[in-house]
Amino acid sequence: MGAGKYISDVWSGFKSLLKGMKRTGYYFTHHKEIITQQYPDNRKELNLPERFKGEVVMPHNENNEHRCTGCQACELACPNGSLKVIFKNEMTPEGKKKKAIDKLVYHLELCTMCNLCIEACPSDAIKMAQTFEHSVFDRNKLIKILNTPGSKIMEGVE
Amino acid sequence: MYRETEIVKDFTATGEGGDMIINVGPQHPATHGVLHLVITLNGETIKKVEPHLGYIHRSIEKMCESLSYRQFIYVTSRMDYLSAHINNHACALCVEKGLQVEIPERAKVIRVLMDELTRIASHELWWGAMAMDLGAFTPFFHAFRERETINDIMEETCGARLTMNYMVPGGVMQDIHPNFQKRVKDFLQLYKRKIHEYDELVTGNVIFQNRMKGVGILSAEDAISYGCTGPVARGSAVSCDVRKVYPYEIYDKLEFDEILETGCDSFARYLIRIREMNQSIRIIEQLIDNIPTGDFQAKTKAVLKLPKGEFYTRVETARGELGVYIVSEGGTTPYRIKFRSPGFSNLSVLDKIARGGKIGDLIAMMGTLDLVIPDIDR
Repeated sequence: MGAGKYISDVWSGFKSLLKGMKRTGYYFTHHKEIITQQYPDNRKELNLPERFKGEVVMPHNENNEHRCTGCQACELACPNGSLKVIFKNEMTPEGKKKKAIDKLVYHLELCTMCNLCIEACPSDAIKMAQTFEHSVFDRNKLIKILNTPGSKIMEGVE
Repeated sequence: MYRETEIVKDFTATGEGGDMIINVGPQHPATHGVLHLVITLNGETIKKVEPHLGYIHRSIEKMCESLSYRQFIYVTSRMDYLSAHINNHACALCVEKGLQVEIPERAKVIRVLMDELTRIASHELWWGAMAMDLGAFTPFFHAFRERETINDIMEETCGARLTMNYMVPGGVMQDIHPNFQKRVKDFLQLYKRKIHEYDELVTGNVIFQNRMKGVGILSAEDAISYGCTGPVARGSAVSCDVRKVYPYEIYDKLEFDEILETGCDSFARYLIRIREMNQSIRIIEQLIDNIPTGDFQAKTKAVLKLPKGEFYTRVETARGELGVYIVSEGGTTPYRIKFRSPGFSNLSVLDKIARGGKIGDLIAMMGTLDLVIPDIDR
């Protein structure tokens, strides 16, 4: 290898290193182009998109009524058994026995946020919430009951 | 009483056959995920590389047998988590093949758009991790800047950043978000403005090129006989792009090139992926303004039942050819599912390309194979 080739190799290597260093230096001096967010500090202005799959919730209206008929479609659609419908017997005004939903138990620790239960629900009773900070100290706290105590089915939902 | 210690002078004579055995992984910081490599060395020269698998085996294929045809798709996002969309796509295609469902044109276009976005995101992460394997830390953050933009687009439309579960048999789960087109166009602009930084930082770097060129030679014959697919095989000039060879969805109507390099070395495999990103950009540009109107999902029955028989489809993921093989007995769950994952075949070639090389190059060679360990183990 000739001396001329050696010097030109060293020079081109040096130039390529400087080129990379220039790019790094550019971001060192241009703070406005840095897009990093400081996560735990920016909780207030952190906006998650409405479709973000955080956890399954059941919306209630102001009269503590939900839309769940207890058809078990979500339970069947769930791939890992996160949802379980528990029934109770209710008396109708006519004095007949009627099967009604008692609890919709939701195992957050099993859920993989695949959205299949929401797709399967025929009455739009459940939806995905945008919460994502699920860590707790006790595993039992992850077993949730989606319907609030004393809630009943909204009128007109079959 | 003084006794002279025996000094060993010939180190090559110690041990079994004069070899030294080094274990890399399963928790080694230089490897991707939980890969365990048993390396037999003679001095610095590699004599043998033996990958040990099974550290992240979750028996996904067996799990799928107990899940219905709608449910099993979500598990496949956990295989090759960097191209989750494409995995879901392959499974959805296979179920549709069995059901004989014609899916709407709009769903096809959305699927291809998502696939190509995923491919770019996957290659970008690979590029960052590749540079990190070689000791450069900064490129990782540059790669993640663009990748995060794609992740934000995915989050808005599919609701998740990594394991989307967006493709369902019959189409896609939800229609695209109203902002989708605008945000993808913003991403295309950002990408074109920033892509030259990749070359400045890594491709043109003299240290990088010296460590890549002429290292990890994989001949075209070996690439075929080991079953390599994707950028690994295309780096050895083996034409194997499933999108070109067996077009699925609307790939036969799109204009894009199959990238081939004749270098056969690590640098060729690197260049393939960089140039493939530009082809994906080309595909997205053709489609983003031409999303046809109509349904995003075909009408399917609530309970899917595949007819008795065997079904096989293949797609091109960011790593190579992914095959999905379903054996159906006519019930609601598959009798048997087999995934032909690209990573497994590509890993098998590591011993071939590393033999005779130096230990310092091993991690660089492994990086160019673009291994995703959950895809290999399943």
